[in-house]
Amino acid sequence: MAHSATAPSPLSTPVTAKLPNKLPIRAILPWAAFFGLLMLVLLYFVGAEQGATSLFSGSGVHEWVHDGRHLLGFPCH
Amino acid sequence: MNSVTVRALLVRGMLAGLAAGLLAFGLAYLIGEPGVNAGIAFEDSRSHEHGVEVVSRAMQSTAGLATAVLIFGTAVGGIATLAFCFALGRIGPFGARATAALVAAGAFVTVCLVPFLKYPANPPGASDPDTVGQRTILYFGMIALSVLVAIGLIIIGRRLAGRLGNGNAALATAIGCTAVIAAAMAFLPAVNETPKDFPATVLWQFRLASLGIQALLWAAFGVIFGFLAERVLQPHPTRSAQGATEVPGTA
Repeated sequence: MAHSATAPSPLSTPVTAKLPNKLPIRAILPWAAFFGLLMLVLLYFVGAEQGATSLFSGSGVHEWVHDGRHLLGFPCH
Repeated sequence: MNSVTVRALLVRGMLAGLAAGLLAFGLAYLIGEPGVNAGIAFEDSRSHEHGVEVVSRAMQSTAGLATAVLIFGTAVGGIATLAFCFALGRIGPFGARATAALVAAGAFVTVCLVPFLKYPANPPGASDPDTVGQRTILYFGMIALSVLVAIGLIIIGRRLAGRLGNGNAALATAIGCTAVIAAAMAFLPAVNETPKDFPATVLWQFRLASLGIQALLWAAFGVIFGFLAERVLQPHPTRSAQGATEVPGTA
């Protein structure tokens, strides 16, 4: 299924008619606000918790995700 | 309807991220773990104070690594899906698959490759533990800057395209962004903490592995999510695929 816009048609309407519609910004924003934040919290626990900053004391989180943190490129100890 | 579409895309994006994370975990276990182990061996050969092992190496290299990479894949899959929702139909005449591929490629360059060029991944033993705070700020700052520049590139590029044409606008914005990123890299402080006797091959192979893991994760996400998103946005793919040739006048 190629959605190529370079079809040799002189009119642009048949091509754009096959393309998916824009999603309205107001439909995206609530999801972006809530899930964007949730995803960033997850990334924080994988990438930075008990390194530069700690929400939980100890080093259990850091040690558990240690190898992934190094290999995904996050600064570690 | 549209809010439901966003939800459907988000669910599939996170699942695509999870699947991509699974592939990345396999690669990380195969080509990444040797570097981690070599780094830890170097660390142990230099310091004789062994702290209490909170998590065993066997767990770190399997379940721990899987947890980290799968959560990372799911999370970046979700964020990339939100970027996809904004990008769809707004970055040019691209369908769902092409948009997914462009978002994945753009995300890889923006949040992985560009920051990597200034602050590359390091195996254990190649950094000073006392500077982790500073390195974390610099690394996340570099990602934030890279993302801002990428968003600026899209906005300015779209505006210029009307005046200069697509090719010239793309060229102008690409040169501008490269200049901003290069200037930032020149002025941000360097981190050169690798001990002089740290094995160079370990460092090189670890960094290549790190880049390869990210590249696989983003490529897999782009392909899998593109496939799933197309099915959401185009409810009858089989029917339109069978009537494959030109279908004029169905608009």
